[in-house]
Amino acid sequence: MIRIRGLSKRLGRKQVLDGLDLEIPSGETWVIIGRSGTGKSVLLKHIIGLMKPDAGSIEIDGEDLAAMDESQINEVRKRFGMLFQSSALFDSLSVGENVGLALREHRMMPEDKIRERVTERLDWVGLAGSEKQRPSDLSGGMRKRVGLARAIAMDPQFILYDEPTTGLDPITADVIDQLIRAMQQRMRVTSVVVTHDLASAYKVGDRIAMLHDGKVVFQGTPEETRASRDPLVKQFIEGSSEGPIQV
Amino acid sequence: MEEIAARGARYARRRVADWFAEVGRITLMVGEAARAFVPALRSFRLIVDQMNTIGVGSLWLVTVVSLFTGGVAAVQAAYQFSSVVPLKFIGAVIVRSVIIELGPVLTALVVGGRVGASIAAELGTMKVTEQIDALRAMALNPIRFLVVPRLVASILMLPVVTIYANAIAVFGGFVVATVAIGISGHIYVTGVKQYFFIKDLSSGLLKSMVFGGIIGVMGCYHGFRTEGGAEGVGKATTNAVVASCVLVLITDYLLAHVLFRVIFAS
Repeated sequence: MIRIRGLSKRLGRKQVLDGLDLEIPSGETWVIIGRSGTGKSVLLKHIIGLMKPDAGSIEIDGEDLAAMDESQINEVRKRFGMLFQSSALFDSLSVGENVGLALREHRMMPEDKIRERVTERLDWVGLAGSEKQRPSDLSGGMRKRVGLARAIAMDPQFILYDEPTTGLDPITADVIDQLIRAMQQRMRVTSVVVTHDLASAYKVGDRIAMLHDGKVVFQGTPEETRASRDPLVKQFIEGSSEGPIQV
Repeated sequence: MEEIAARGARYARRRVADWFAEVGRITLMVGEAARAFVPALRSFRLIVDQMNTIGVGSLWLVTVVSLFTGGVAAVQAAYQFSSVVPLKFIGAVIVRSVIIELGPVLTALVVGGRVGASIAAELGTMKVTEQIDALRAMALNPIRFLVVPRLVASILMLPVVTIYANAIAVFGGFVVATVAIGISGHIYVTGVKQYFFIKDLSSGLLKSMVFGGIIGVMGCYHGFRTEGGAEGVGKATTNAVVASCVLVLITDYLLAHVLFRVIFAS
């Protein structure tokens, strides 16, 4: 379970997160929606310990990240996989080396097992046989899939997705959505998906939470989200520039 | 008037505070790199790759710069010696000036421009495309993977490139001295042999190691501090090169005092 209590973060002059509370039960996929700049990605980076909160706590299965030093946080990070918005593949490494990097560096298994794992995870994301390709040779959708294979290489308990479908055509976006659902069913992981793509949110989310002014202002199932009378949620899902959310 | 003076004082205080903060951050990064040194040896291939990029990759540029530096030194020496010092000392002057000063400093400035910019641009791009965050998210230390190999390679390779640059510069001087100035090759080589001292070479190479460290640290530091997109990478690259060059020249002066007035004073 991921439990966030009173999380606050100021970046420059902007209060990005302002006493945010959220509880994500194990095994569920939660989608965080909200306007650009509302702190969705900042929230993800706090969950995996890439940013330190100004105030509040983030507990991962009861362990508070704020009370840990870097080596303890690293142990927690080994239970996470993260797909970055830009995929963040290492250009100097091949696809196979990207996927197997953490396994090799943490010496989690012998080299032949690592190769098997890399092949298997690339197969799961529909890129079997692409081990030798360079990231620069791949399309945006393929890079996302390699990023996902890398995120699941260590058999994580938690997967974080930062804007997984942004910049992709609708068909490729649907492929990524299906992969997210497939990973959920295959690995029984707890997932947090940050997006402002509502079609994707409805497809992959067990529950949807909406961020506004640094707080969670709504949470519910996709059906509850669609039917919500909350003016903030309504304005966001209708994509209207008129309403309580000022641009 | 008082208001302008107060604003000036506030600005100066802020700049001084920023400077100290920057020195603190650089010190922390170097400390972290020192702690990550032993674990980084496990990924020795990364260090060898960087040695190849920094050393072998700089050879062509260093060859051209050193060849002409030696040539210019010969022409200048001949001009300044005219009717004061016998021309047979040209080899001696070139070998000492190249080995003590011109070789290490010009190599550091040339390699600093090329390598410092390349390190800052590469790490800066990795920062803005979240690759550094990706390493941390996989519980991997970016200092170990990115900083230590570049730092070690810079410190090890700059002296090697400097030895090569020294040899090329002395050869450049030989060509100009024999072809354009008309000194016999034998006299030039005799002067070089007579005035080649190991302590000059040692001091030059020691300076090169320090310069290598400066280039590596500045490239990595400014790369890691990159913010924003392409503009941020451009700024980081410029800052890395400017900081490397300025620090190389200031450190050269300080080392000249330490090496030639204290250590090799006798």
